[in-house]
Amino acid sequence: MQFFGGSEISPSPSVPTTTGNNAHMIYVFNRNGVCLLYREWNRPLHTLNPQQDHKLMFGLLFSLKSLTAKMDPTSAEKGNLGVPQLPGQGCSFHSFRTNTYKLSFMETPSGIKFILVTNPRSGDLRETLMYIYNLYVEYVAKNPLYTPGTPIRCELFNTALDQYVRSIP
Amino acid sequence: MPPAAPRSGDAIFASVERVNAELFTLTYGAIVRQLLTDLEEVEEVNKQLDQMGYNIGIRLIDEFLAKSNVSRCVDFKETAEVIAKVGFKMFLGVTASVTNWDADGTCCSIVLEDNPLVDFVELPDTCQGLYYCNILSGVIRGALEMVSMKTEVTWIRDMLRGDDAYELQVKLLKQVPEEYPYKDDE
Repeated sequence: MQFFGGSEISPSPSVPTTTGNNAHMIYVFNRNGVCLLYREWNRPLHTLNPQQDHKLMFGLLFSLKSLTAKMDPTSAEKGNLGVPQLPGQGCSFHSFRTNTYKLSFMETPSGIKFILVTNPRSGDLRETLMYIYNLYVEYVAKNPLYTPGTPIRCELFNTALDQYVRSIP
Repeated sequence: MPPAAPRSGDAIFASVERVNAELFTLTYGAIVRQLLTDLEEVEEVNKQLDQMGYNIGIRLIDEFLAKSNVSRCVDFKETAEVIAKVGFKMFLGVTASVTNWDADGTCCSIVLEDNPLVDFVELPDTCQGLYYCNILSGVIRGALEMVSMKTEVTWIRDMLRGDDAYELQVKLLKQVPEEYPYKDDE
């Protein structure tokens, strides 16, 4: 028996391609700076070892948040730069864009920070980050085998996240 | 597209998956019963329920924040309102009210009209010191600690002990701002 057009009979599993998968990587931190999750899908250049990379990222965001809050022209009180603030208080930045990538950030009042690095043409990804927060709640916070404050090792969460990120335009 | 506005407690309660109320009540009753058998001392059981509530609260806060979309509360008054109107409604389906504010706004009472945990429950004479719903005080304490507020939550009135309503006192001890966790020399 001859088979014609083999690709129509057995669909191949979806393979992440650089055009289909627009996100580069994701970081999730908690309020103590512990990197709960780091996943990369498309990162050609590695410059630092993972610990330094996470610390750098966390430090960057901490400083950016502090700076944006202090430089707010609409806020009444003028605190000192460097004074720690309650998470969520004051204004907070939500993304920055360079010519090669866009970094989107969301912090919850409970101190969980989501950072998503995508291609520079991405739109406003706050809804996306909110959805990822919901995925975190479903698969991680509600998981009795997960200890809060430790790195996430839940396969279901990773799979759901990968699948969702693949669908971001 | 700007983020969605905060949702009301009723809207969320209608949209989440719910469990049979009797199953919930009976499961909780079985937990308390087992704790009493294992620990025997009423004070120990109270502490253990509070600890269990605390462990639930530190995870529950994320679910609450994700589903209700509330942003950071400006002060403790708003926090108490949100707990009573959105939190209790969303998770237990009961409406609660906030009363008895003290002068500097750090201490209030949350009054629950009805309480699904205590349906069919009567305390026997051997358990008179038991705070049957102490898990709720642990939940509130744990959840608030994850949003940088250290609180103390105690029961003022408890219908199982003969009062006419359930009243929790929530007292804010202090707000703990976020500090940079890494030392500068590392």
